[in-house]
Amino acid sequence: MATTEPTITNKPTSDQALLLRKPRSLWSDARRRLLSSTVGIMGLAICAFLFAIAIITPIVQPLDQTLNRDTANKLQPPSWLMSQEERADAAKKSIDKARKDTPWGRFERPFGTDQLGRDIFIRVLHGAPISLTVGTFAVVLAVIFGSLLGLVSGFFGGIIDTITTWLMDILLAFPSILLAIALTAISNNRESFSYKFSQQITNLPILQTIFDPPLFNAMLAVAVIEVPIFGRIARAAVLSVRNQEYIHAAEAVGVSRTRMLMRHILPNSLTPILVQMTLSVASSITSVAALGFLGLGAQPPRPEWGSMLSTAREYVGTGQWWYALFPGIAIMLTVLGFNLLGDGLRDALDPRLKH
Amino acid sequence: MLGYIFRRLLGIIPVLLGISLLVFTLLRTIPGDPAIIILGERSTPEQRAALRTKLKLDRPLYLNFEGGNVFESQYVTYITNFATGDFGDSIKTRQAISKELKERFPATIELALSALLIAVVVGVTTGVVSATKRGSLLDAGSMIVALLGVSIPIFWLGLMMQYLFSVKLKWLDPSLRLDTSLHGTFKPITGLYLLDGLLLGRFDIFTNAFKHLIMPSLALATVPLASIARMTRSAMLEVLYQDYIRTARAKGLSARITILRHGLRNALIPVITVIGLQLGFLLGGAVLTETVFSWPGIGRWLLDGILARDYPVVQSGVMFVSLVFVLINTLVDISYRFFDPRIQFK
Repeated sequence: MATTEPTITNKPTSDQALLLRKPRSLWSDARRRLLSSTVGIMGLAICAFLFAIAIITPIVQPLDQTLNRDTANKLQPPSWLMSQEERADAAKKSIDKARKDTPWGRFERPFGTDQLGRDIFIRVLHGAPISLTVGTFAVVLAVIFGSLLGLVSGFFGGIIDTITTWLMDILLAFPSILLAIALTAISNNRESFSYKFSQQITNLPILQTIFDPPLFNAMLAVAVIEVPIFGRIARAAVLSVRNQEYIHAAEAVGVSRTRMLMRHILPNSLTPILVQMTLSVASSITSVAALGFLGLGAQPPRPEWGSMLSTAREYVGTGQWWYALFPGIAIMLTVLGFNLLGDGLRDALDPRLKH
Repeated sequence: MLGYIFRRLLGIIPVLLGISLLVFTLLRTIPGDPAIIILGERSTPEQRAALRTKLKLDRPLYLNFEGGNVFESQYVTYITNFATGDFGDSIKTRQAISKELKERFPATIELALSALLIAVVVGVTTGVVSATKRGSLLDAGSMIVALLGVSIPIFWLGLMMQYLFSVKLKWLDPSLRLDTSLHGTFKPITGLYLLDGLLLGRFDIFTNAFKHLIMPSLALATVPLASIARMTRSAMLEVLYQDYIRTARAKGLSARITILRHGLRNALIPVITVIGLQLGFLLGGAVLTETVFSWPGIGRWLLDGILARDYPVVQSGVMFVSLVFVLINTLVDISYRFFDPRIQFK
């Protein structure tokens, strides 16, 4: 697409104006459409908000497991539901001696406290970087392996195609959460290679604030179950562009196979992959949280939303609803944000697929 | 038609073989000797060796290249045993796996079927109403709810429902399939307690089972319901602007007949595809729902089997679930023809 500025200076007629209009690429068009749809804007706003929290929280208040541990005030309801006296009382028995005389503010513990007296609000905030990183990492891994598999099998066809399609069918014929459970259970064995590998990874400076080895393995498992989804999309996309004229043209001028795959076919298969990536971040975050809930993912005291719910489960029966409520809302909001963004992207990038 | 069905069913075999290979290999990569797990650390090497021979664990893994019959291997034994219905015994409970399956499978089926029923009935209705009243408050409202529905983690929804309906309001029972006082007071016929209650004329069992079933099936139904509603709405919208709908209206058919017989009938194919895809979700989601509601089904059983390294349970259970899953998907594919006679099978 030409981007050189036209040199005609006299005032154009309407026909000329159309011709002289600055050419718009697929991407600028898509951006315009995304920003003009309510769904896309909402999704973008929620995701931006969550990423902001994920970046700001660890800077403003680095995670400290002993932070706010106030066993005298364990399992307190959200502070805005407490009466004046209760808040004064809570301050009095608090471990924080300096605070004895000033009663809790109305929003001192907006989400209540957990079984160790920690502020659930702070812990939920700290869950954001974990879930966002885990979801994004899993999808990036799945995209790399999945679309490579799909591209290669769609492009070369033949026996390679038969085998990869068979492998992907097998993975898709499994209820995916069961596969993730099995993979996590296997890789979390302390003697296994993957556990040792994940220990190495989780010792790295920044990554250790996000991952523990079980969480890392859970993320890998979730990436594996997402691979065939991308494989299928990439393969279908390749098959649909393979016989287009520009591919034949490229073939005719002697473009090498690798270059053709990377420069001509991949970019033209990007749209469906991009949309699925956004939706997959949402499903990966749910899956990792589900594994955490089953006790297979992140381990306490790491404030991962799923494993917080796993602990909170014990307190639902005794009526401490706030412990389970807020981490769940956080998961739902995140998943909703990515789902909205995915829907918006789909409408923006491919108006034919409008839902 | 029959030829097509036959070919589709044949196509299941390589997928199942692949799954069996995958499960078998995954289990063999877990460090640890099953003989030690069964006999305990204090067993003598002779005892372990004897058990390994008995369980045929001393045989080569995939194929026997050490002389003798090539097929005398662990993998082939596993496959042939499974194919002949011999699922082995659970290491943990020492019970026959086929017996445990017989108890637990109906529990999951009851849960999944009732969730599917809720999802299809409510989902399709919502989708049709939204599409016909496009742009109305009702449409916007139900689509927002549907969007929330696909984003809700079902285990969390389950917890919240338990709190609201069992702890706070005390209307429903938070766990299990029946009150413990009713256990063993009857002999199940189908294993689906709702149906059994009716068949045996035991309405106490029916109502009690219903009160236990409603929360887990609602929780499990949420995501499929929302997806079905969204898909029905968009498929209906596409159909409702076709010429034949205008013709139907013009010749004076009632709105009901136009929408249901001319509209919905033609919008069904994508809806059925989504329903088929959601069946997989129901089986997988059952793991989480069964955990939250202590539902004695197959999902929870498999999870426990995986965690306890109960090889036979995992090997046979996963194969069984996958078989059901693949069969259902194939049936969904075949059913397209039933819903849309225009589709021809080559």
